[in-house]
Amino acid sequence: MTTVRADALLDRLGRVGQFLWSGWAGLAGLALFAALWQAGHERYGDFILPAPLATLAAGLTIAADPAAWELAGQTTLRAVEGFALAALAGAAGGLAAGYSPATMRLARPILTVLLGVPPIAWIVLAMIWFGSTDGTIITTVLVAATPVVFVGVAEGAVTRDRGLDDMARAFGAGPLTRLTTLGLRHVAAFLFPALTVALGSAFKVAVMAELLANTGGIGGALAAARANLDVAEALAWVLIAVTGLIVVEYTLVHPIRSEFERWRNAARPWGVKR
Amino acid sequence: MTRETTGAAPSLTLSGIGHAYLGRTVLDAVDLSLAAGEVAALVGPSGCGKSTLAHIAAGVVEPSRGRVARRYRRHGMVFQDPRLLPWATARANIAYPLRLLGLPRAERRERAEEAAKRVALDRADLDKFPVELSGGMRQRAAIARALAIDPDFIYFDEPFTALDVALKRRMQDLVIEAARGARFGALFITHDLMEAVRIAHRVVVMDAQGRGIAGTRAVPGEPGGRDDGTVYRLVAGFLTDDPLFRHIHDIDERRTP
Repeated sequence: MTTVRADALLDRLGRVGQFLWSGWAGLAGLALFAALWQAGHERYGDFILPAPLATLAAGLTIAADPAAWELAGQTTLRAVEGFALAALAGAAGGLAAGYSPATMRLARPILTVLLGVPPIAWIVLAMIWFGSTDGTIITTVLVAATPVVFVGVAEGAVTRDRGLDDMARAFGAGPLTRLTTLGLRHVAAFLFPALTVALGSAFKVAVMAELLANTGGIGGALAAARANLDVAEALAWVLIAVTGLIVVEYTLVHPIRSEFERWRNAARPWGVKR
Repeated sequence: MTRETTGAAPSLTLSGIGHAYLGRTVLDAVDLSLAAGEVAALVGPSGCGKSTLAHIAAGVVEPSRGRVARRYRRHGMVFQDPRLLPWATARANIAYPLRLLGLPRAERRERAEEAAKRVALDRADLDKFPVELSGGMRQRAAIARALAIDPDFIYFDEPFTALDVALKRRMQDLVIEAARGARFGALFITHDLMEAVRIAHRVVVMDAQGRGIAGTRAVPGEPGGRDDGTVYRLVAGFLTDDPLFRHIHDIDERRTP
């Protein structure tokens, strides 16, 4: 029994190591981006595009200020609240639509309408409804992120393997057991990519809504930087927002997803994993 | 063979089963009864509704008409394709029905490994995912899954059709061995008369249009006790002398005599 546990632990450690090692490729990509940025800086000068190092320094200055952390925390909280609501609403709706074709037929046009309205229009509407409060931001994020999750989950539920359902029924599984042991497990593989996209758009929409609705947070700080024509500070705030997103994505979303996708990884030949 | 005339309580009774898909009748007035511990092979041309009948008997499909009386304790099922959960290891797949029964984790593990041993599935393969296993290994895992719950009845729905000849033979031996050891009854759907004669106590022939059972023939001897010569002679005898099997030969071009 203990050897089994040790084996499992070693296996897990190996996979964590593999994940960390794959970080080098990401770092190389980011370095390439920074090089292009530096080239742009040298071509257009300090005012249009400050150097990446200068931006980093400005970012570090901001990061040293506790008030800035409060602003970033405000944005993160709003984005995550809106994201959580969107994930719940999208997952529930998508599951219902995936299992019931009638719901799907009703939901599809609504989805088209929701996706057709530009986010900026939702911000204007939400500002009228909620004023300059958290509600405006959360509503905008909710409207922007829900369809993504909905479509992902519905697609997962529609593509579930009915043969497995029959197998489970032959072994005496009721509808609820089939949903929890087969349906949800299959949908999870579709849910996680959708959640990644939804989280990214939640952050972006939150910052945009903050800027337009003038409700503080990172968007508010960006608005202030624009008023002062402080390009380095504006870029530094963008850097901070992007860093926050990357941290959330690689410490939370990716590890969970790779845990769910272990079997898919197992099918790949050695050497081309990830 | 007096198995069907001993009068012991039947383990499975299908009476007046009828079924229709989208208004098209595929099964009508099928009556079939299996004695306890009896292995019956259900043969018939493809498309005659054999699989549907097995699905109805196993409770996967609700029949439009008729009654299913199950007097066994618990059944397992093996399908034509393995139907393993792609995200679970072979061990977890074999243990899946045990999980449905609500057994504790340690016991599930133990019984899954025991079932894997019975189908000669290597212990090292139990930690692999279905994509990493060969076709034969996957079907072994599917059989082990059916055996793990310790059933007294198993439905086989053309389980070895996709396997090559040598592998098919080994799988048949495996089922014969398991049926003898665990004394379970079975309804074995196949379109291969050789397979039916090797494995079963009785061959049941279905009507080509699914209108009931055309007839039934007891196979002399015990499953596993018949050698290849006997099996060939029996099949040849059925095909040449018995009018019951004549229409199978005409319609089912996939049968391999």
